[in-house]
This record gives sequence, C-alpha cells and structure tokens, in this order.
Amino acid sequence: MKPIFEYTKGMREQDTHYCPGCTHGIAHRLIMESLDERNALGDTIGVCPIGCSVTAHQYFNVDSCEAAHGRAPAVAAGIRRAWPEKYVFTYQGDGDLASIGAGEIVHAALRGEKFTTFFINNAIYGMTGGQMAPTTLLGQKTTTSVDGRKKEISGMPLRVAEMLSTIDGAVFVERVALDSPAHIRSAKKAIVKALDVQEKRLGFSFVEILSTCPTNWGMTPVKAQAWLRENMIPYYPLGNFRCPEEVK
Amino acid sequence: MNEKVLMKGNEAFGAAAIQAGCDLYFGYPITPQNELTEYMSRELGKAGGTFAQAESELAAINMAYGGACAGKKAMVSSASPGIALMQEGFSFIASAELPLVAVNVSRGGPGIGGIQPGQADYRQVTRGGGNGDYHIVVYAPYCIQEAVDLIIRAFDTADHYRNPVIVLADGMMGQMMEPVVIPQIRRQSSASEIAVEKPWALTGSGGVRDRNVVRSLWLDPQQLEDQNIRLDEKYQRMKQELPEYQSVDLEGAEIVFTAFGTVSRIASEAIRLLGQRGIRAGMIRPITLWPFPYHAFEQIDHSSTKLIVSAELSMGQMIEDVELAVKGRKPVRLIQRSGGMVFTPAELAARAEELLSQYQ
Repeated sequence: MKPIFEYTKGMREQDTHYCPGCTHGIAHRLIMESLDERNALGDTIGVCPIGCSVTAHQYFNVDSCEAAHGRAPAVAAGIRRAWPEKYVFTYQGDGDLASIGAGEIVHAALRGEKFTTFFINNAIYGMTGGQMAPTTLLGQKTTTSVDGRKKEISGMPLRVAEMLSTIDGAVFVERVALDSPAHIRSAKKAIVKALDVQEKRLGFSFVEILSTCPTNWGMTPVKAQAWLRENMIPYYPLGNFRCPEEVK
Repeated sequence: MNEKVLMKGNEAFGAAAIQAGCDLYFGYPITPQNELTEYMSRELGKAGGTFAQAESELAAINMAYGGACAGKKAMVSSASPGIALMQEGFSFIASAELPLVAVNVSRGGPGIGGIQPGQADYRQVTRGGGNGDYHIVVYAPYCIQEAVDLIIRAFDTADHYRNPVIVLADGMMGQMMEPVVIPQIRRQSSASEIAVEKPWALTGSGGVRDRNVVRSLWLDPQQLEDQNIRLDEKYQRMKQELPEYQSVDLEGAEIVFTAFGTVSRIASEAIRLLGQRGIRAGMIRPITLWPFPYHAFEQIDHSSTKLIVSAELSMGQMIEDVELAVKGRKPVRLIQRSGGMVFTPAELAARAEELLSQYQ
C-alpha cells in the first residue's frame, strides 16, 4: 500500500494548544507542507509575532523567532537582509497586522520586501480573549464592542488585501479561506504561488487567510465555518488581487 | 593605514561601526544624528554590509532585532526621543539574549525637547525604559576618538555577553569635528563562522541541526523565573568585569567633579581654572554608565576632599549613582544646565567655588 498523505516534516510532532476548530492548525500545515515540498525547511526562517500563534515556533520545524506585537514585517526585513538567499515569512493575526502593525505591513509592501506574509484574519483578537479587531465585521459583538461594531465609532472593517494591492511593491496579493475543503485547496495553491514569488525575488507576497475563531465567536467549530462563509466572505471577497506574470 | 583624519563626530561613529564589522544598520532621521544615518547609507554597502532606512525607530529596532536573531552584527542609532521609541525593542533584545549596538546622540528633553546637546537620557539608558528586569551596557565617550574606540569595543561586548550595548554620545560630540584615527580592521564573519560562533542564531537549520528558536515569552512562571535568574547571573558578571572610569588629580583635591562625556572636558578646563585660584580639584570620569564604577569613589582622598560635585546637562540624574557610591561620606552637590544650554568652564569653576565655600 502506497501512502497518499503523510504528516509533513514541516510540522513538529507536538500537540498544538489551539482551540478545537481553530483553523491555525490547517494554515500551519499548508504553509509548512509547501516549504517541505520545495525542500526549503532547512533554509527558512519564520517570524511569529504576538497572537495565539506566537508560540508557533513549537510547531514549525524551521528556525523561528518571536516578534513584538505588529513588528513582524520589520523583524523579517532585518532577517531578509541578514540572509538574502533564505526563505523568510511572517505569520500574523489581524490584531497584529491590521492594528498595531499597520505601519510595518504597509512599509514592507512599499519596499517590496522579498518575504511572504501569511495573514490570519479571523475578525477578532483571539489570544487576549475576543476583543474587537480592525477586521471585526459591522454589528459583530466582541468583548470591546458588546453592542456590536458601530461604523460611527469604529469605522468600517479594514480590507487589508485590497489596501496592500494598491502598493506597487506588493506584487502578489491573494485572499483565501479555510472554511471548506475546496477553499483549503485554493489556499494551498495561493501559498505555493506566494512562495514561488519569494523564490524568484519578485517583491512582497501576501496571502490573507480567512479563518475561524470558534471560542471567541461563541460558536461551535462547524457553525464557525458557516459563519465565515456567510458573513466574512461577502465582505472580504476571495481571489487574487495582484499576481506577477512570472507565476501566473 | 591608521592616519589621523578630521571627521565630524557622527561620521566618525559610522566609520568606527563599519570597522568594527557592522553587517546591518537600520536608521531613521532624527536630529542631531542624521549625519551618522547618512554616512551609513553611503558607506556601509561599499564595505559589504547593508543599510536600510526604516519607517520609524520602532521599525528600526525591530529590524535590528531580526538581524541579530540571524547572527549578524546589527546596529541602530537615534537621539533621545527616538531612543524612547526603541525601549520595547531593547527589553525584547535583552530578554532574547541578542547582541546589538545602539548609538544615542542625546539632546534636550523631555518630550520633543530640543536639538541641542543634553545628558538627560542618563536614567533612560542606565535604568532602562523597557519592561522587566534587564540591563544595557552603556559606554560614555568623552571625545570623538574615545567614541570610535568604544563603538568598536561595543560590538565585541555585545557579542560576548549577548546583550544590547548603548554608546551615549551627545549632540555636541555628534556635531563637532576632531582629528581621529579610525583603525582599518573591518572583517565580517562568514555564514559558516556565524553558525559556529553563534550556534543559537537563525541561519536556517540546513537539515543538519534541530531548528533554533529565539524567544522572550515564557508563559510558565517557573520557566520565566529561571530565565530571569540566568539573565541576572550574566548581569552580575558584567558588573564585575565591565566597570570603567578615569580619575584625575584625586590626591589632595578639595573638590572632586564627577562628569561624563563632553561635560568632562569642560570640567577638565574648570579644574585648571580653579587651580589658578588656588583651589585643588580633581575628577572621576565614568566611562561605563552601566555598570557604574561605584568603586572609583573609594579612591577619594578623604583627608582633603570636602565636596563632590556631579556636573550634568540634565536636572540631575547621574547624581543618584554618585550618592550611592559616596554612601554619605562626603557632601554631594549638583551643578547643572539643561534644555540644551551648556555651562562654560568659567561658569562651572565659579559655581563650584561658590559651593565649596559652603563647606569650608
């Protein structure tokens, strides 16, 4: 019997601490699998900033560092200049990237930094217990928006992929989701393309990954996937916003 | 080619860093250190290193953290308010036990303050503005040549202890020009050398070793306590091995000035002026502000010294360490200016003489 699926060497054999139904597990595996498949695990350095996944270095089988909240793109910029030939990526949540790190991600895109950012957008702050994020949907209840997000107080949620796609240096920008097997397969394809863009040193590559947070959304994992599909995807449309010719 | 050249302080600091082997420099414009950032933008690439202008000091310190994680000799520079922005980064870098060199060309504060020289960052650099228990080695040069020498040593100190090191110049030193010798000693470590010299660094595991992790988060309180104890053992070693000072004319001195940086040069001249008036004065000049050379004050001539004066361009910050060192054995008084105002040697001498008269 021939194995048709194996645990990727990119993931350490370690139970994760993530909540049941959290899609971090899927995102981790897709990214690490993609690096494994191109034999890059020994040549990759990952940056894990503040968020539920700050300790992803216990799961990623690559050299990794933590980063202060929002600063991962700056840290990655330093690592990229230290080792121009390695793979470098950041793995950031929406509080980290879209709130405190908004400046750093814009400037990484601006400079066309030759690393890849994986953006886990679950419309909430996970690690700290469910506060409102810049990506929280209108009307969505969180611990700091108990009556639901209001436009007049907090503005409309931030569409990061669209915003970054206006910056010349962000040569690959795609939004994917992890709510269904079909979408997960598309997410994998986008991740591979983003790494191809990095390998060819074409510019900054960015994959926004719509994800669930069942615990802080107050739903079961299955209901959370449905909520993502019914509420997040209409506001955060899936698809590619920018792609260089070389990897189309 | 160790010839003497006339250089602006800020540029000499950059030249020194390049000769020390700086691989990566991350800067952001801020007065009065812009010539250092500009110099690195022109010269570091030619020497085989990489310069980047960051979008802010927050980004710069984090880029340097990334470079240090990766095993490279990383450097930042800024001035007082920009150093304030970097405090989170310093705490992080100290906790993660990474080497880093930072030059602070200090100016008047607080807040936006001014752009003229100041020494009011003493507490900021020696006590640290970041969270938690950590220390940063602080070198305080008094002239551009010593700054060059200390910047070169700073890279070695940082690597040796795996800790940030700050070189505290001031706006005057950054802006003035003096003849200096920049030793031509630059060498950069190769990737294989880094893998050996810094086995903890993020260089890519190459499939030949387990992956490395650089972290400062320890959720388990026992693990975090163990980390703090380990760091503290290092800081205790640094307190034994690193304090440095210069002392001048302590024997028979009635007044002993304590001064660092540019102020020590003003104090040297003030000592000469006081001597002309028959007042014997000496000086203790700390070269490391952290660890502070408390033991230098054991050299005080108790039979002659009536007064110790802390001379500072601040509202009085180093005086706290002087008082700790003196342990109440002699009076300690402050002579100071702030805001970018600088006393002349004559002003310092006159105020010292007036203070001394209170203790005759």
